[in-house]
Parts: sequence; C-alpha cells; structure tokens
Amino acid sequence: MIRSKFLSVTAAAAAAALSLSACSPSSSGGAGESSAAGGASGSSQAGGGDTLRIGIKYDQPGLGYRQGEAQPTGFDTDVARYVAEKMGVAEDDITWVQTPSANRENALENGEVDMIFATYSITDARKERVDFAGPYFVAGQDLLVRADDTSITGPESLDGKNLCSVTGSTSAQKIKDQFASGVNLVEQGGYAECVTYLESGQVDAVTTDDIILAGLAATDANQGKFKVVGNTFTTERYGVGIPKGSDSCEEINEAITEMKESGEWEKALQANTEGTGYEYSEELNSGDDAELESCS
Amino acid sequence: MESLSTLMEQYGTQVPAAFWTNIRLALLATLGSFALGVLLALCRISPVASLRALGTGYVHVVRNTPLTILMLLGVLAVWGQLKITFAPDFHLNFFIYAVIALSLYHAAFMCEAIRSGVNTVPLGQAEAARAIGLGFLPAARLVILPQALRGAITPLGNTVIALTKNTTVAAAASVAEASGLMKTMIEFRPDVMVAIFLTFAIGFCLIVIPIGLLTTWASDKWAVAR
Repeated sequence: MIRSKFLSVTAAAAAAALSLSACSPSSSGGAGESSAAGGASGSSQAGGGDTLRIGIKYDQPGLGYRQGEAQPTGFDTDVARYVAEKMGVAEDDITWVQTPSANRENALENGEVDMIFATYSITDARKERVDFAGPYFVAGQDLLVRADDTSITGPESLDGKNLCSVTGSTSAQKIKDQFASGVNLVEQGGYAECVTYLESGQVDAVTTDDIILAGLAATDANQGKFKVVGNTFTTERYGVGIPKGSDSCEEINEAITEMKESGEWEKALQANTEGTGYEYSEELNSGDDAELESCS
Repeated sequence: MESLSTLMEQYGTQVPAAFWTNIRLALLATLGSFALGVLLALCRISPVASLRALGTGYVHVVRNTPLTILMLLGVLAVWGQLKITFAPDFHLNFFIYAVIALSLYHAAFMCEAIRSGVNTVPLGQAEAARAIGLGFLPAARLVILPQALRGAITPLGNTVIALTKNTTVAAAASVAEASGLMKTMIEFRPDVMVAIFLTFAIGFCLIVIPIGLLTTWASDKWAVAR
C-alpha cells in the first residue's frame, strides 16, 4: 500500500509535467469540457448539471471511507451529497473518485473531478493551482492517546514520548518544526499503522487533525480504546477544491451555509464521530476561520 | 522564478541530506546483501542437498516477496508488536531495520547474479580443482568464485542499481529519506510540483548513472578472457 502510494505520487507528478507543457490553459473553462471519464456525460456545471464527479479519500474512516463499490461513508461525503443535492444532482448521479493527498491538484487541473471533498486544507500555495469554496469545516491538529492515558494533555506534555504521524503530512512537519527536540517521531504510510503502535504501546500519541483522529477512534475495531485530547494547536480550514475559474463556487458556499443553518451539518458530524467523546471546536467553526472564501 | 527561490530557501539543505540517507542505505545494504548473497550462492552450488534446498528455498521465498512487505514486517511486527530494538537511538533503530530489510531482499538477487557468474566458469575448472585435491570450499574460494565474480559484474551492478532505487521504500520504515521529503515538499508546495519532481528524478539519475558506467567499465576490464 505504501509503495502504491509512492507510485501514484510519481505518476501524478509525471502527469503534471505532461499537462503543464502540453495544454497549459486547461483552467479556462468548466470541468466538463476535458472529461477524462469515458462514457460520462461530462456536463456537470452548476444549475443544469446532471452528474458530478467528486474526489474524496477512500481510506479515512469518519471522513471519506469506501470499501469496494459500496457507497462511501464519512463526514466529507455527507457534505458532498448535501451540496450535490442543492446543485440538482441526485446521489445516484455522483461518481466518486479517489483523490489521495498528493494527487488533488492534478485531478482538478486535468478535469478528472469536478470538486474535491478530501480534508483539503485551504492554503495559499494550493490557491496557485486550484480555487476553493467553503470552508465546510475548521479542524485543528490534535493528539490521539490511549483512553486511560492522562499524562498527555497537549503538545507541551510530549517531551520524551513517542509520537506517530504520516510521512509527508503537514502534521508531521509541524511537530518537527515546533516540538522536535523532545519528541521521537515515527512516520508511517497511513494512520492505520500509527493506531496499531498506539495500541501496542510503542507510541504514546498519534497526531493529525482532530476530526481525522475522531474518525479513527470511532471505527468498530477501535471503539473505546482511544480518546482525542481536545487541545488543538493549529487551524486547518477544510475547503471544497474546484478547478481554477470554476463558476460553481457561489453555489457551493450557499449550500454549505444552508447545511449549517438547517442542523444537517451538526447531525452529520455527530453521526461520524459517535462514541469517541469528540466535540468539534465551536470556537473555530463559528469564528473568523469559518468565514467562507470569497468567490472570484 | 521567485517561487523556485523560496523553495530552495525552504528545502535547500534538506534535499542533499535526504539523498545522503539513501546513499548510506544503499552502501550498507550492498555490503550486507553481497555477503549474504555469496553465502547463498555457495549453498546453491554446494554438494550438500539440504544446503542446496535451503539456498533455493530462500531465493524463491524472498525474491517473490514485495520489499514493502519485508520493510513493514520490520516495523509493524518486529518493532510495533514484538518491541525488539537494535539501537538505543530512536531514529538509528529504524535505519537499521531498513538496512536489514534491503539486505535480506537483495541477497536473493545477488545470489542469482553470482550463480549466473558461476555458470560462465567451464566445468573443467571445477574438475581440475578437485583433481589437485581441493575440497569444495577451497575450490570455490580459490578457483570458482574469483572467476565467477568477474563474470557476474554486470548482473551484480544491475542489482546494486535496483537496490539504490529501492532505498526509497525505506520511507515505509520511518526513515527520513528522499521520497519522504518529496512527499512533504509536494504537500506544502504544490505550486512548484514539477520542479520538485524533477529535482528528485535528476538526483536519482546522478546517483544511479555513475553506478551503471562503473559497472560497464569494470566488467570490460575484469572479464575473464576465454
């Protein structure tokens, strides 16, 4: 699995090299015109659209998780379904596409997907290549510890402890930059590996965004074993990635606002993190950070 | 250009350091896998049936196991569950797992490369060695292997090249090497993704192409003239 991820990174990079040299103004129109999915009707723009191709994670329980051809589950996918419905696309007309972290910009630029709901933090470097609607959730980096562990209350109490995160993630880099001196960091290919170490006692905490941790802790296999510390130390604004110049930004923002106001948003969040004692940060999700991106 | 110079500022010193980790992995694992490969090759050409079976069994099992699985076995099972460590230093420990996994895996290929060299040694050489009273080990050490290794330089070089590139799999064992850094850089700087990709692609070319040239030169120079 690790290896295939690495391959997909290189493949994605190679694809980017080709697309940039061959047809650079690919961001001019909507996503539909350069549809890569054979047979799909392609037209997917706001309003009269009939189908949507939505990029999600397949390996993040509680956010974006899919086994085989089953309907994907998780908070990302719930928001995606709501937004799609508001745009006039029924659930059956959504084509789900797996978009791993390193492949998200490429997938939007190449027109493989119309929008991405995949724990996609809004950053300036990413805005160079894609546009964002949302954010639909504001997460923060946090720690997952064993349920009976009371010694770890935040990043400051990690001195001398072993910590696990995912290779190449922003969370791992944050720890290296700010807390590296006293912390032993193990980097793995996925959070599932980290959780096995946490269970066996080889690491004392797993770190990434709080909602991802809550999703991991909420799976059947991990029920009751772990808890999220609840002391966030970064701000991650999860946006909806859309191709540059896409005109669906406004409509997505409206749908997100409506979802929050109707209570559906809160319901989806609770359903996906049930049994972990996790509470999303109301402060982050109602303050300035939750302010919607202005659509260009 | 401006975004490129900020990229250099951010990661300029980390890139050579990451590649140096790959080079160290490659050097140590080359030594380890070559030593084990010679032993395995001796087993496979030995007159003892059980040793031959052992050598053949090892080669077939290890050669057909993905390297990632060997690497993860070291970390997920040996470290994560059995809690066995090889070094008091936290990060050195993972480095050692990676060297062991790379050595175990490539030993199978080294063994087969050496065996292909053994096949270039005429049967008469072995018969002559036995005729002057040398046993299996002295005959292998003094007559067969010196000729076999000279004939096996090219396939051995290929194995070293594959090994060098496979050091990127060490990311799975939590070793901070080039492919992991590339992931980090792409995560933070998708705006210059192509430049990042090319940096690492060219970096590996710079390491691997000299190995290939050296191999060609050495195999020409030391080939056994028959």
